[in-house]
Order: sequence, then structure tokens, then C-alpha cells
Amino acid sequence: MALLQTQNLTAHYGDFQALFGVDIRLEEGETVAIIGANGAGKTTLMRSIAGVLKNQAEAITFDADKIGASHAADVLQKGIAMVPEGRKLFPSLSVEENLLIGAYGRKGNGPWTLETIYQMFPVLQERRNNPGTALSGGQQQMVAIGRALMSNPRVLLCDEISLGLAPVIIKDIYAALPKIKETGTSIVVVEQDIGQALKVADRVYCMMEGRITLEGSPSDLSRDAIHNAYFGASA
Amino acid sequence: MIWLDTIVQGVLLGGLYALFAAGLSLVFGIMRLVNLAHGDLIVMAAYLILVLVTLLGLDPFVAALIAAPILFGIGWLLQMHVLNRTLGTDILPPLLVTFGLSIVIQNALLEGFSADSQRLSVGPLETASLPLGPVTVGVMPLLTFLSAILVIVALNQLFYRTSLGRAFRATSDDATTASLMGIRPQNIFATATGIAMVVVTIAALYLGTRANFDPTIGPARLIYAFEAVIIGGLGSLWGTLAGGIIIGVAQTLGAAINPEWQILAGHIAFVIVLLLKPRGLFPRAVD
Repeated sequence: MALLQTQNLTAHYGDFQALFGVDIRLEEGETVAIIGANGAGKTTLMRSIAGVLKNQAEAITFDADKIGASHAADVLQKGIAMVPEGRKLFPSLSVEENLLIGAYGRKGNGPWTLETIYQMFPVLQERRNNPGTALSGGQQQMVAIGRALMSNPRVLLCDEISLGLAPVIIKDIYAALPKIKETGTSIVVVEQDIGQALKVADRVYCMMEGRITLEGSPSDLSRDAIHNAYFGASA
Repeated sequence: MIWLDTIVQGVLLGGLYALFAAGLSLVFGIMRLVNLAHGDLIVMAAYLILVLVTLLGLDPFVAALIAAPILFGIGWLLQMHVLNRTLGTDILPPLLVTFGLSIVIQNALLEGFSADSQRLSVGPLETASLPLGPVTVGVMPLLTFLSAILVIVALNQLFYRTSLGRAFRATSDDATTASLMGIRPQNIFATATGIAMVVVTIAALYLGTRANFDPTIGPARLIYAFEAVIIGGLGSLWGTLAGGIIIGVAQTLGAAINPEWQILAGHIAFVIVLLLKPRGLFPRAVD
């Protein structure tokens, strides 16, 4: 049985339906990428898994627990942490406080502490006492990733971690993912940047208009198949 | 010398107003909730201390020590089951609900304790005084002022040095993202109101020992507290103390000139500060 699984997952914002019966799974130790254009429902899917959006309990299972209706704090406690879209650092907190608060609800058994995160992103140690929001975009993203890791999660959800960053910075950020994977953490990466996503992923889902339109391993999927799944066959 | 004495008495009175205001400031700072029943909660706490004093024959200080956890619980329940439901993008529901709560508390106290004035007696301490350089200060006003400083230091430590304080600030910044950290904003808000009620207990102790109180005096305490918070700049606790002192000094100076001017002088000082510094003396950078 998969570590994390959604079954017939739907989501609504008022009358607008954002997800239509989404089924994805994530195996232990695996990195899965979810790609798709703006508005495809990727972030909604992440927010549903993280417990920000409520659902039917059985729509999402994690390690045999039904978590679809759980509060975000419970989902974190079970071991699913999210790097939210737009980084969402706390402006009132320093860099170090932003990291520390990541361990508020769950310490977890794992390698991630302030020290190991500073080892991975040394620049954060230099700027530990600065307000989190005074950092550059790339450094803020490092804080957001570090903050999620502080709970030593079993699953790390990364929502658009390349958004708004220069290509050279994106490379640095993505260099961290294999290190995180080595520690046994399973990862879901949501991306519009297909190239980055395919490099790190063991498996890829493509989303369009709230539905999964394609699934496969990066090596199996042809450019055309991804193109069609991303933009629609007629595009 | 009489003027120096007046100013010192005003500074000490400012400590009491800072105590009134600290709880209000705390709750507003964390959840942007303006609690219009804050003054009535202080009066309610004074009655609780009075009940413990008369029923159990306790010293008011000991009674306040017992009342504090009870009021923490009341604050926690009030926030969890009533006030949390009013929080959202619209600022009107919390105002309406706490306004209603203010009326409910006043009338419940009136039913329970009548309109008679009450007082907490601390015996000889009430009249005890200390020479402090050229002026003489009452022990109780001095204790009030020192308590205000202690409360502000303690709240600042809590805010900036503890994990709970980080959770307070994070939740205040962004409750949804805070929940991704395992924080339950509803619990955080309830805890914050609980802590505010502990400060309310301390304020009530000094309110009740300084002067008479009856069920109707809450709203006036709320106004002093408001003025202190706004003069200080929303969300800054040391600013709140400064605000309390400005009102306290203005009131005692006004009273020294003409006893009828005491309350008015405080309000005039508030208006002057607001004209010169519309965001208060120590506004927060973000807001």
C-alpha cells in the first residue's frame, strides 16, 4: 500500500469545482512531481493533502490513516509538512525563529535540526537574526524548505518552489532535494517548470483543469505526451 | 515641590492604566480583536477577588493568586466558545459580541452584587508610604507601578523568548500558514485571552484596592485602557506603559489645577497625542 494516496479527491471553492476525482499515490522514499499549467489544481491538491482544505476523510489516506478531514495541525503531526506556494514566511519572526517554529507541532525522529539545516543552507546561519522577509527570494525559499524540514516529516510537499526565482537560484534550491530524499523523506514536488520537475522525479503526474491527465516515469513520457497533457491535445 | 509630587503620583497612576491596557493590547496584537468588554472583565475580576476575600477571609493578594487561574479558564472558554466564532475578515461581529458581553456582565454583576460600591481592603498597606527623594509615595501606588513593569517584562519575555510566543506572533501574521506548523490558531487565541485575563486579575486587584468599584465602572476603565494603547502605538507593550503614564500624569496635573478637570485632562492629552502622532508614539513597523 502506498504511503500517501488520494482517492476520488474533489475540491470546491464555493460553487467552483477545482478538483474532479483526483487519484495519486506516493510510495515510501519516492519523489513524485505534479506538473501542470496555472489553474490546473496543483496547489488545491497540495492544500487538500496538507489539511488546509477539508475533504471526506477517506479521500486521502496516509500510512493507513484516513486524513482527508483532518486539521492541518493533525496532518503535520502525522508527518506531512508543506512548503507553501509563495513561501509564506512569518514577517514578525527572524530567520531562526521561522525555522524553529517549523518544529512547533512535531519534532519527529530524523536528521533535521537547526544545525543540519544551516549546513545545507549556510547563508541562513549568517542571516539568522534578520527578519525572514528581509531576505532575497531564493534565501526565503531556503527558509521555507528548512522550516518544513524542522518537523522531520515523512512526506514533504513542495508547492512551486521555483516560482519567481532566477534560474541559477532555482538550480541551488533543487540541489537540496536529493539530499532531502537521501534521508528517506518522500517528496511531492508541484511545478510549472517541467524541466526541473522531471530531473528530480521518480514519477510524474500531469494535471489539467482539475484532473490527472497523464502519469508515468520521466524516461517513459515523450515530450509530446507531456505537451498534450499539459496544454490539452488540441493546443 | 507640589508639582513634582503631582507628576510622580501621575506616573504611578499610569502604571494602573497600563495594567488596564496590557490585556487589551495583548488580545488586539494577536488576533485583531477589540474587546469592548475588557473594562467589565476587570470589574468582574475585582468582584471575584472580593468574593474570595469575604467568603474565605483571604488577603486580597492571596485571593488574586487564586482568582488568576480561574479567570484564565474563563478567558480560555470565552475565547474558544464565543469570541473565536466572531473572528474573520469582518471587524463588526467581535465589536457587537463584546459590546453585548459588556452589557451582560454589568447586569449580571448588578443582579449578584447590587449597585453598592465595594472595596478591597489591604489593611495598613493602604495608607503606608515611603520617602522617595524629595517626594513621598504610597506603597500601594508604587506596588501597582512595579507590577505593571513586571507584567510588561513578563509578557515581552513570553512573546520574544518562548516557543509559545513565537506561535503567538506567527498566528498573528498568518493563521493558515501557522496551522501548517502544527499550530491550532483557535487554541492559540484561547490561550492568549487566558493570559490577558491573568493580567486583568492583577489590574482588578489594584483597581479594587485603590478606589471603590461598582458594576457600572467598566466602560470608563476601557476608555483609559484604549487611550493608553493608542497613545503607545498599537501592539507595543512599553508604548502602552508610556501611554498609561501620559494619561495618568495629565489626570493628576488636571486635578491639581482644578479637581473637576481630572478626567477631562486625560482625554485632552490623548487628543493632543493623536493630533501630533496619529499612529501613536511607538507604532509597529508592519500594520
